[in-house]
Amino acid sequence: MLKQLLQKYQKKQIKIKSNNMLRTFRIGGIHPPENKLSAGKKITVLAAPKQVIIPLGQHIGAPAQAVVQKGDVVKVGTLIAKAGGFVSANIHSSVSGKVNKIDNALDASGYKRPAIFIDVDGDEWEETIDRSDTLVKECSLSAKEIVAKIAQAGIVGMGGATFPTQVKLTPPPGSKADIIIVNAVECEPYLTADHSLILEKAEQILVGTSLLMKAVDVNRAVIGIENNKPDAIALLQELAGNYKGIDIMPLKMKYPQGGEKQLIDAVANRQVKSGALPISEGAIVQNVGTVYAIYEAVQKNKPLFERVVTVTGKSVANPSNFLVRIGTPVSVLIDAAGGIPEDTGKIINGGPMMGKALMSTDVPVTKGSSGILLLTRKESERKPASDCIRCGKCIDVCPMGLNPTLLMNATEFKNWELAEKNHITDCIECGSCIYTCPAYRPLLDYIRSGKGTVMNIIRTRKATK
Amino acid sequence: MILIAIILLGAIGAISAIMLYAASKKFEVYEDPRIAQVQEVLPGANCGGCGHPGCSGFASACVKADTLEGLLCPVGGMPVMSKVAAVLGKEVVNTEPMVAVVRCNGTCEARPRINSYNGVKKCSIASTLYGGETGCSFGCLGFGDCEAACNFDAIHVNPATGLPEVDEDKCTSCGACVKACPKGIIQLRKKGPKSRRIFVSCMNKDKGAVARKACTNACIGCGKCAKECQFDAITVENNLAYIDFNKCRLCRKCVAVCPTGAIHELNFPPRKEVATPTADKVQPATAPKAVTTTAPKAEVKAPAAEIKASEAEKKAPVAEATAPKISEETNQNKI
Repeated sequence: MLKQLLQKYQKKQIKIKSNNMLRTFRIGGIHPPENKLSAGKKITVLAAPKQVIIPLGQHIGAPAQAVVQKGDVVKVGTLIAKAGGFVSANIHSSVSGKVNKIDNALDASGYKRPAIFIDVDGDEWEETIDRSDTLVKECSLSAKEIVAKIAQAGIVGMGGATFPTQVKLTPPPGSKADIIIVNAVECEPYLTADHSLILEKAEQILVGTSLLMKAVDVNRAVIGIENNKPDAIALLQELAGNYKGIDIMPLKMKYPQGGEKQLIDAVANRQVKSGALPISEGAIVQNVGTVYAIYEAVQKNKPLFERVVTVTGKSVANPSNFLVRIGTPVSVLIDAAGGIPEDTGKIINGGPMMGKALMSTDVPVTKGSSGILLLTRKESERKPASDCIRCGKCIDVCPMGLNPTLLMNATEFKNWELAEKNHITDCIECGSCIYTCPAYRPLLDYIRSGKGTVMNIIRTRKATK
Repeated sequence: MILIAIILLGAIGAISAIMLYAASKKFEVYEDPRIAQVQEVLPGANCGGCGHPGCSGFASACVKADTLEGLLCPVGGMPVMSKVAAVLGKEVVNTEPMVAVVRCNGTCEARPRINSYNGVKKCSIASTLYGGETGCSFGCLGFGDCEAACNFDAIHVNPATGLPEVDEDKCTSCGACVKACPKGIIQLRKKGPKSRRIFVSCMNKDKGAVARKACTNACIGCGKCAKECQFDAITVENNLAYIDFNKCRLCRKCVAVCPTGAIHELNFPPRKEVATPTADKVQPATAPKAVTTTAPKAEVKAPAAEIKASEAEKKAPVAEATAPKISEETNQNKI
C-alpha cells in the first residue's frame, strides 16, 4: 500500500496543502537547510555487536539501580536495572549474554557514569515478548494497567529529552489532559529516524496513539507533522480514518517546531506559561518514537531496548536509518554507514542544532539518541566571535521570546538575579540565537551554563526555605 | 523692622533646632564606633574570603563576637588580626594561615590530548559540555577561570604545563578560585611551617589502570602512601588518596613511595643522599613533637621493604615498575 501511495504522490495525485495555509508556532523560529540525506531510506536492522554498554542514567531523573551482577546471564528484554525513584525508568538488556562488569563508562554526556557491560552470546529473547509482525489492535487493559505496562517497559521520551513517559501520563492531582499531541515534526536538519519509522510502522503508531488516549482518558489526539514529509502525511491521513479521534495536522516548516511548547502552540493554539508544564494547558506531547515503543510494550510485551538511529553527514558514504540495540557503540553504527570519512571534524550525537559533539566513538547509543551526525572539518569550524552589533536578530528568532544577548551578558558578568528575572530557565537550548547571530557570538554556550547555575541557585533557595 | 526679622528668624531657628534634636533622639541608629575603627585596620579588599559580606560585615562580626575565635581575615592574616584584637581589647586567637593548592598535575606531557575543544574558552562553559580534552574528566581544563576570579594576581595558568600555579606570597586564601573551579581541583590547605606542605596533586577517582592510561601523573589509589604514613594522615577513598593536613607531620615518606609522583611536596630543602637521615633534619624545624616518634633510619626502611614485597604480589603492573626503586630512592625527590 505504501508503494501505491508513494506512486500517487510522485504523480502528484495527492494534494498537499500549500505552506501558507498551514499552522506553526507564533514567536521566533528559523529555517536552517534541511539536508535530510537519509530520507526515504528503509530502516536497516543492525545485528547486536560483540559487547554492549548500557548506561544506568539514560533518562532525566534519578539513575536506575542495577539488579544484575557480574557473571549473570541475561536474555534480550531481561530487566537489568530498576527505576531509582519516581522520575526514573527501568532498563532492560538489549542482548542476550553474560554481564561482564558494572563500571563507569563514557557516555554522551561527556563524563564517565555507571553502566552495565554485557558480552553478547547468541540472540535469545525473553519468552514473554511477542516477536511476530502481526498488528494487534485490540487492547482489553484498563488505563492504569496501560500506564503500569509503560513504566515496566522503561519507556522514556525518545525525541531526545528522555523524560520518563509514565510520569507524563500520571498528571498531578487537579489537572486533566484533554488532548494528546504526537510529535512527528522532526524539525532537526539531517535526522530522518522518525520519518522512516512513520513510513514503516504507521499503523502501529496509530494504535499506540489510541492506547495513549485510553491511558489518560482523552478523546482527541493530533499528530503534528511538518510539511516536508508529504509521503508520511499522506500515509497517516489514509490510515487515520479507521481510528476514532485521531487527526493528522500538517504544519508549516519552522525550527524548533518539535519543542514541546512550540508544538502545543502550533497544534492547539495554547501558550504554556513560563515555568509551567504542558499539562497546565491540558496537553500531553509524545514523540512518534515513544508512541511506537508504547505500542510494542503494551501489545507485544516488548520493553524498550532498541530504537531507530539516523547515521548521516555530507561526507558519509551511505547515510542510513538503523534499528539498533541500546548500548551499541557509536563506532559500530558509523562502520555500517561506510566508516568515518577522512575529513571528519566532529561526530555529533543528535542533530546539528541541539546535538552534542562526542568525545569518543566508544560512546553507546542510548534511549535518547536519535541520530549520529558526522560533520566535515570545514563544517565544524567555529568562526571567531566579534562584538555584539545590537541588531536584535537573536531576539527575533528566539522561540521562547527571550533576549539571548542580555542573558549571555548576565551570565558573563555573573549577574544571576538579572538572568533569573529575564527567564533564563525558560531557554530550551534550541540554538536559534547562535545560528542566526551575524557576529558569531557564542550565545547558547553562555546561556546554557548560566541556566544551570541559576537552576542550582533556585534549587538551593527552595531547599533552605 | 530689623528687630522683628531677627526675632522671627531666631524663633524659626529655635523651633527647627528643637525638632531636629527630637528627631535625632527618636530616630537615632546606634553604630558602635569600634566598627569603623576595626574597618580602618582591615585591608578593604571586600573579597568576601572571610565569609562575611565585605570588610564592614566582617568588622561588625568582630565587634559583636565575644572572642575572635573562628574569625580570620585571610587577606591580612595574623598581623591584621592582632591589630583588630588590639582595637577591640580582645585576645588574639592564633589561626593558621591557609593557601590555595592546585590538586592536578596532569601536565601537557603527562596527559595527552585526545580531542580538541573549540567552544568558548572558559572552564565553566567547557565543563557543562564534557569532561575535557584529555582522557581524565577530573583534571584541570586549563582555561583559567581561577585566574580570572583572583583579585590578588596570585594564580596564573602556566602555558608550558597548562596548569594553574599559585603564587604563595600573593595568595590570601580568600577562596575565590576554589569557587570558580568547576572541577573542584583547587583547595585551601594549611600553609604549614615555613610554607612546607605535602598534598596529593590529583583528583582522579577512576580505577588505577584507567587513571594511569589517561595521565601518567595520576593517583592510582594503590594505597602505598597510606600504608607508609605513621600518623594516619592519609586515607584512600574512591581510588584517590587524601592527606589530612591537620594530621600530616611532613615526614615526606609518602612522597618517596608514590609510584606516579602524584604526591607533591613544596618548599622543602632538597633531599640528601641515602647516608644522612633527612627525616631527623626536617622534623625539628617543622613539627617539634614528631621528633620522638620519628624512627631511626634503619627502621624506616624496613616497612618500605615489606610493602614492596606485599605490593608486588597484589598489584603486578604498577608495583613491578616502581617498587624495586623504593629502597634506593627513599631519600630522593622524585618529582
